[in-house]
Amino acid sequence: MEDTVRERIQGIIEGNEVVLFMKGTKHFPQCGFSATLVEVLRRSGSEFQDFNVLEDPAIRQGIKEFANWPTIPQLYVRGKFVGGCDIVREMYEKGELDAVLSAKES
Amino acid sequence: MVDAEVLEERIREGVGEVSHVVVRDLTGTQDHWEALVVSAAFAGKTPIEQHQMVYAALGELMTGPVHALALKTYSPESWARQEG
Repeated sequence: MEDTVRERIQGIIEGNEVVLFMKGTKHFPQCGFSATLVEVLRRSGSEFQDFNVLEDPAIRQGIKEFANWPTIPQLYVRGKFVGGCDIVREMYEKGELDAVLSAKES
Repeated sequence: MVDAEVLEERIREGVGEVSHVVVRDLTGTQDHWEALVVSAAFAGKTPIEQHQMVYAALGELMTGPVHALALKTYSPESWARQEG
């Protein structure tokens, strides 16, 4: 991955407390898995920034290498990769997601 | 396109210590899959690490033939709790 792409990704996840890299936007998800995570975050009452990878091929590819994670969506909270669709949904179902979303910086 | 048997084999080989694996074609089109994997190699690993192990086992398949893969991973202990 080019350094400029890595730097852009760093900038995005450091500039937003909760950011979802997804296909489509939170108002118009273009993939079922992305739509699932938008719904989960809505139900959690969390404010989040969406990033549409379909409009940015460099980020779409780069984000997969960044987290060593070959699929989208990807959720980042305070600069840290939290998981993809299955993991985040499972955290929500187990009631663990709120703690991750609302934890204060120590 | 890829067969369920191929995915199973790759997961068994790549992850190792697999005691149970079920691969299901979700759409009948051989590109949207669901996999349930039970392996002793997952013990002590975070869910993120467990999924990364499966993705690594599938390697280049994830960048083409497999468009979507819903994953459930368990250590033998957590799988026993799941069943019980």
